[in-house]
Amino acid sequence: MVTDTIKEVIRRLHDVMDPEIPFLNVMEMGMVREVLQEGSTLVIRITPTYSGCPATDVIAEDVLAAAKTVHLDSRTEIVLTPAWTTDWIGEEARLKMAEHGIAPPTGQSADKAFLLGKDRITPCPLCKSSDTHMVSAFGSTACKAHFQCNVCLEPFDHFKCI
Amino acid sequence: MTKSQHIDWLLGLADDALILGQRLSEWCGHAPALEEDIALSNIALDLIGQSRAFFAHAGRLEGAGRDEDRLAFFRSDREYRNLLLVELPNGHFGDTIARQFFFDQFALVRYTHLAQQTFDPEVAAIATKALKEVRYHAAHSAEWMLRLGDGTELSKARIQESVERLWPFTGECFEEHATLDAAIASGAMPDRSQAQTTWNEQVEAVLNQASLTKPEGSWSQKGGRDGLHTEHLSYMLAEMQVLPRLHPDAKW
Repeated sequence: MVTDTIKEVIRRLHDVMDPEIPFLNVMEMGMVREVLQEGSTLVIRITPTYSGCPATDVIAEDVLAAAKTVHLDSRTEIVLTPAWTTDWIGEEARLKMAEHGIAPPTGQSADKAFLLGKDRITPCPLCKSSDTHMVSAFGSTACKAHFQCNVCLEPFDHFKCI
Repeated sequence: MTKSQHIDWLLGLADDALILGQRLSEWCGHAPALEEDIALSNIALDLIGQSRAFFAHAGRLEGAGRDEDRLAFFRSDREYRNLLLVELPNGHFGDTIARQFFFDQFALVRYTHLAQQTFDPEVAAIATKALKEVRYHAAHSAEWMLRLGDGTELSKARIQESVERLWPFTGECFEEHATLDAAIASGAMPDRSQAQTTWNEQVEAVLNQASLTKPEGSWSQKGGRDGLHTEHLSYMLAEMQVLPRLHPDAKW
């Protein structure tokens, strides 16, 4: 049952930002899977993006703090199944990423092609050219790869598909 | 599989990831190029993250109040269950890449099975996530094998040397061991010969493409799963554990 408390907590969670992508909140990232009531306790289920993402602990703390402003008896729970996937990042969040110079995840198939040794097409977020190349599969954070545009020469981050 | 074997098996999974992650992190600030520095640090982070999940699970199963930090920082070398391969010093860049390549290919085979098995659903959940990450690691190390093997005469000679030096440490991935036998019997781990065949095929395919020679020897180092390690692990643990052991109750 979705109570008013749950609705209010979810509303507040829209203000909890991902510390590594500070213009996206944890709801847009698809990291909060569920908010539910267990007796008098409010439980917020969070799924980490990458196993080693150092932001996970901070995010869980921020989520808990936000929930407690609504309902003091709250706790967070880390859930691993189903594993987080970039498919959970909403359309609006993808547009925001592009606006901020991060090429959003292009869908599972594109990165699978890369893993099979083929080139993937990741358009440049600055000039929109699709003539880009990957500099490194590992970028500034666990979730990003480092690309460069061959046309405008802009180096940019690409949010990896997992 | 008995409960103590189950815990022992989980510690093996955790220790492989933690020790290799810790080793790789030693490259931070020292890798040959900035991109590579970032890549190795990223891979180290993924591995340490995977180990945390396994440690937390092992601690809960054990029920003796040991959490992930307790298990990582307050066990001595004789209590560590990792493969000898992952504790070996980084050596030169080629040594690190060859070690990573052998391990990534093993991790792919192991996680693919772990993600599908039903003996331990928590492990399946951790493995499903880890597998997504390890695919990137494996692509990275395989690319470097090609680049070094197919590069200059010097890079080829040196990576071939690394492959030969590390080869005797790869057999331990598939050794016969009471804990692993129990894990295989209960379906938690993949069938030994099948897993080894898959690993061999994958490794051979990349080595061939990199114009490197696969070593012939089948003799293998072992002991890691029983806590019999090389001296390198002790030095690494001393550095890794000194702070929490000195201030066991410190919080930040």
